[in-house]
Amino acid sequence: MIHANSPSKPAENRVVLAHVYTATVAICLGAVFGVLQGLARADAVEAPAWLDYYRMLTAHGVLMALVFTTFFITGLTLFIVYRNIPRPERRLTVAWTGWWMMLLGTAMAAITILSGNATVLYTFYAPLKASPSFYLGATLLVLGTWVVAFEVFENALFYRRNNPGAMLPLPVFMMTATFLMWIIATLGVVAEMLLLIPWSFGWTPGVNVMLTRMFFWYFGHPLVYFWIMGAYVIWYTIIPTRYHGTVFSDGLARLSFLMLLVLSTPVGIHHEFTEPGISSPWKLLHMVMTYGVAIPSFLTAFAIFASFELAAIRAGKRGFVQTVTSLPWNDPFFSGAAYGMLLFILGGFGGMVNASYSMDTLVHNTIWIVGHFHATVGGPVALTFLGATYWLIPRLTGRELWGKSIALWQTRLWFIGMLVMSLSMHYAGLLGAPRRTASVDYAGAAVAQSWEPAMLLAAAGGVILFISICCFATVAIGTLLANEKTHDTTADFAPADPTSETPRAVQHLFRWAIVALVLAVLAYTGPFAELLHSNAYLAPGMRTW
Amino acid sequence: MHVHRYERVWMAFGFAILILFMATIFVAAFVDNINPPSGSQTIDPTKVGSTPPFDHPGLHRNADGSYDAYYVAHVFAFAPARLTIPRGSTVTFYVTSSDVVHGFEIAQTDVNFMVIPGWVNSAVHRFTRPGTYLLVCNEYCGIGHQDMYGAIEVK
Repeated sequence: MIHANSPSKPAENRVVLAHVYTATVAICLGAVFGVLQGLARADAVEAPAWLDYYRMLTAHGVLMALVFTTFFITGLTLFIVYRNIPRPERRLTVAWTGWWMMLLGTAMAAITILSGNATVLYTFYAPLKASPSFYLGATLLVLGTWVVAFEVFENALFYRRNNPGAMLPLPVFMMTATFLMWIIATLGVVAEMLLLIPWSFGWTPGVNVMLTRMFFWYFGHPLVYFWIMGAYVIWYTIIPTRYHGTVFSDGLARLSFLMLLVLSTPVGIHHEFTEPGISSPWKLLHMVMTYGVAIPSFLTAFAIFASFELAAIRAGKRGFVQTVTSLPWNDPFFSGAAYGMLLFILGGFGGMVNASYSMDTLVHNTIWIVGHFHATVGGPVALTFLGATYWLIPRLTGRELWGKSIALWQTRLWFIGMLVMSLSMHYAGLLGAPRRTASVDYAGAAVAQSWEPAMLLAAAGGVILFISICCFATVAIGTLLANEKTHDTTADFAPADPTSETPRAVQHLFRWAIVALVLAVLAYTGPFAELLHSNAYLAPGMRTW
Repeated sequence: MHVHRYERVWMAFGFAILILFMATIFVAAFVDNINPPSGSQTIDPTKVGSTPPFDHPGLHRNADGSYDAYYVAHVFAFAPARLTIPRGSTVTFYVTSSDVVHGFEIAQTDVNFMVIPGWVNSAVHRFTRPGTYLLVCNEYCGIGHQDMYGAIEVK
């Protein structure tokens, strides 16, 4: 049973706000690059020479996928930890150190990208070689998250010491699982950086290209679960407070996070299905694991809808229509999360196709993939985080949210824009339109012309999304300027349904983390050995932009 | 732990779907031999121009009537840029890169794979429909990436 009502403490709020505001700035800047890029690709506008398409694409990818999401999740996590584990004298040095490291890293990477010295996209595939400050900045961003992870673990262990026999509060349990997973996953990117940093300085003559790609995807797929887990913790434990709901089952909620912890990492090779050097059995194994990690999402889908329905039943509502209409659709936080859930249905279906060992060939590196991850990270994750920002800011600043109806329309516009853009991208991808290209003209080839209408529609979706993010910025700035005081700065977390009890086995988080690490190592041993034994060519860096 | 009856039904349904998906994929892989490209042959990218058969990229006819097509991907073009294939023929594409990572996608076919420097990757396709197929690089390779394409004429 969790019902934290810990008071708001200004010093704690400041460090959380630093993380959340950085995320807010990142998504606003990222959206500017996003819309320009969508229009340039559809040939609706010309990209200026000083800010070419690929530089904008790199900036958009890094700001959205790495900076916005990471800062929001670290901020949300610290908020959850501080409000659920009150401590009379809390030292905030660690949390601030994490933020400064992440900020410095982001600034280094951003300056390198904007100055045109790291037009390598957010996947930075070797032999494309950026300036060292790009890799150093990205590494610093990751190391900063490790410092935040330390803060989370330290608080979780503090709670355990002081509450012998008690379970970790559910939201804290979830974020601890998330950061344990994150530590295991980011070992991959750190390993990759150990190859790329000396190489970018010119200290080593070459890198094994396939090895860097394997390390990247060892990290790259759990990265998406890092985002998703940030959204799930909100759906499970905070959103129910908006409709007087409960957590459907505390045990199953913990079980789904344990499964995400264990199964998120040994799946990355499904991003490399069409690559040489990795043999079929390992590709098949990673496919099976990828389908396995769908199970906690099935559990989550059931739990969320069951929570909706139980709350409706308690309020005397009956049937589908009454359940749906009883939900607080006029609350921007709920609206953002709920529309995000709807987008995730599209994202989930597409993911099943991408994870398929054989069907992936039809969609690999087409714009279908871009449609897919905009229906996952751009939909459920971003929209839930934007909605949650409306909930967090009053609780962190003591200011009443200004422009609630603008906020509400922001979430609706984002849903519409993302649906239009993502579906158009899925469709064009099925027709063969490639991703990551400044133009799909191809000298007027017939098949390329069949992609044009979908590209224009995708750009229109991008414009709607941009209008949405302008609404978001208006609300955020308006709230700070209007400066209306609110006294409701406590944060409630949903209690578990009284009928549910939690088995011991799902409470041993740190033990399960060891299982996760072992599984990750096992799943990658084969591909790693194959790539090391191959007569690998060590590629010198190239700058082709 | 008590698990609600509806949830058990839902999970059984979810598991069944996953098992069905995987079964179809395993049957396709082991019975029909449908596997994604996983080339295992290595090559020195700096010597692609002097390594047979990539020193003469293009179409080679095999004794059994099928064809092998050898391609070199480099910034920002494919060699050969154009290829003419007789209708109804089965072609195995062998592709390598002499510089960075590229993609090799023949739009609206199932030929679609990564081209990694140091490796030869390949895929087979039977061309039954006449016309001009568009070959595109679908992995970002640099400032001229959007100009990296070719044509395959089937007649």
